[in-house]
Amino acid sequence: MRKSLFYGLLFTSPAIVGFIVFTLGPMIASLVLSFTDYSVFKDRTSFIGFDNYVRMFSGADDYFYPSLAATFYFVVLRVPAVIVLSFFIALLLNMNVKGRAFFRTVVYLPSIVPAVASAMIWMWLLNPDLGLINTLLNAVGLPGSLWLYGENSVVPAVVLTSLWGIGGTVIIFLAGLSGIPRQYYEAIDVDGGGWFSKLRHITIPLVSPTIFFNAIMTLIGSIQVFNEAYILTQGGPNNKSLFYVFYLWRTGFRDTEMGYASALAWVLFLVILFFTFLVFRTSKSWVYYEGEGR
Amino acid sequence: MRSSKLSLTFAYLMLALITVLFIGPFLWLIRSSLMDLSQIFTMPPEWIPRPVRWENFGRALTVLPFGTYFMNTFTITISVIIGTVVSSSIAAFGFSRIDWPGRNVVFAILMSAMMLPGAVTLIPSFLGWQALGFYDTFYPLIVPAYFGGGIFNIFLLRQFYLTIPRDFDEAAFVDGASYFQIYRSIIFPLSRSAIIVVSLFCFLATWNDFMGPLIYLKSENLFTLALGLQMFQGTYTAQWDLLMAASAAVVLPCVVVFLIGQKYFLEGITLTGLKG
Repeated sequence: MRKSLFYGLLFTSPAIVGFIVFTLGPMIASLVLSFTDYSVFKDRTSFIGFDNYVRMFSGADDYFYPSLAATFYFVVLRVPAVIVLSFFIALLLNMNVKGRAFFRTVVYLPSIVPAVASAMIWMWLLNPDLGLINTLLNAVGLPGSLWLYGENSVVPAVVLTSLWGIGGTVIIFLAGLSGIPRQYYEAIDVDGGGWFSKLRHITIPLVSPTIFFNAIMTLIGSIQVFNEAYILTQGGPNNKSLFYVFYLWRTGFRDTEMGYASALAWVLFLVILFFTFLVFRTSKSWVYYEGEGR
Repeated sequence: MRSSKLSLTFAYLMLALITVLFIGPFLWLIRSSLMDLSQIFTMPPEWIPRPVRWENFGRALTVLPFGTYFMNTFTITISVIIGTVVSSSIAAFGFSRIDWPGRNVVFAILMSAMMLPGAVTLIPSFLGWQALGFYDTFYPLIVPAYFGGGIFNIFLLRQFYLTIPRDFDEAAFVDGASYFQIYRSIIFPLSRSAIIVVSLFCFLATWNDFMGPLIYLKSENLFTLALGLQMFQGTYTAQWDLLMAASAAVVLPCVVVFLIGQKYFLEGITLTGLKG
């Protein structure tokens, strides 16, 4: 390979400039803004030190803790649901069933549907009075639910709608599963182990890097849930689905308190950093990498 | 994996159930979009529209200027795809086929941006575009694509470039080719399938983007399909026949693009997952 600093920088400079202008710069600007009371309605902006952060954590903001709680509940429900369900579907698709390509398409197709359209479909399916889901539940003698309109059911309902789009995660699992050599399973056959010991001793350890990857991506994505809150619920009822990024958007753009919203954004950034770090730290104990690494 | 008869039967049963659950909402969408309002609400629900109300589509697509929304979405999406492909493939070349001091450090720093939640840069970016006078234009949605085209795409293309033998470059150097010629006539053509993967993902991400247009566009004549559909829902609450017809019209282009490029989609996801 030829060496050339000039050409190296020439080819990568659009990306480097883009990083500085659209990522690094705004990040620093947002940190600075978070120490101000900047708002379109104010004539002058002044530095107010940590006041925004104090307002958040002291409880002076009636919405901060409810939005944390809603987001936390959503993440705790959604991440395990996505991982378990998509892993299960991938296991099924990895068996030598006929029509694998068809089933793969079926599972992936919903994940390409635009969020707004998907939200419309689910609002109609989950409509408490006339929707298909309550109708079916009633038909088999089960009580319906208020779904998106119930304080206790709104977060599970949003999780349910989001599970329709797990196709991408399934496909990644499938790729991980298909990389496991057949001989490993045959060894267990010889030893007389059943499917569970195959799953426990071969499949899960060998795809643990994929589980790890999917868990991190799902976690980061779930913490930033926005579209569903904006389109399906507007944060209601009674702030039970006031997801964090939706609240941030509302504070910054509807209420135009951009200084305070920037502080909210930085707390989000630190939270995501913390959880990512945590998952990375614990990964050493359960993620199995083959000798040569990846 | 070898599977017994019993477990295969179980697998087919589960797959049938999964098919019903994943395809059901699509059928419900199509069925509702072709019914008149009285049949939509019948109990128990009917699945076959009688009569088939094709005019729902006509009505849904004329009460709001969906033609304009379509063209807006199309303009933004095409511009973003071009910017992303050109700019990420050039950057990926610089990060894989040229050796320069500090290359890997710079790449790692750019990669760290992938972990950054978009919400952190949202407000300053908005204020910046507004100060430049580009609020309520397509520029904030398009221009960033021309500066790197997203680190994820650079990463993906770089991974692909690394699989192309170096001898190709060396042979071209001997013939007196420049870096740019090597990029244009060797590396870019050889990575056709990876470029298609990037374009397809870029298409979906831009076509389906909701937050970007929501923040940067104010005038209704600049709205994208996603914004238009959302506004439609606010105006026509409970008109499920029209809402479903409009939704179906928004979903259709995505389904078509997916079915055409299916092979590349599945390959692309696999590539990203394995290298993670």
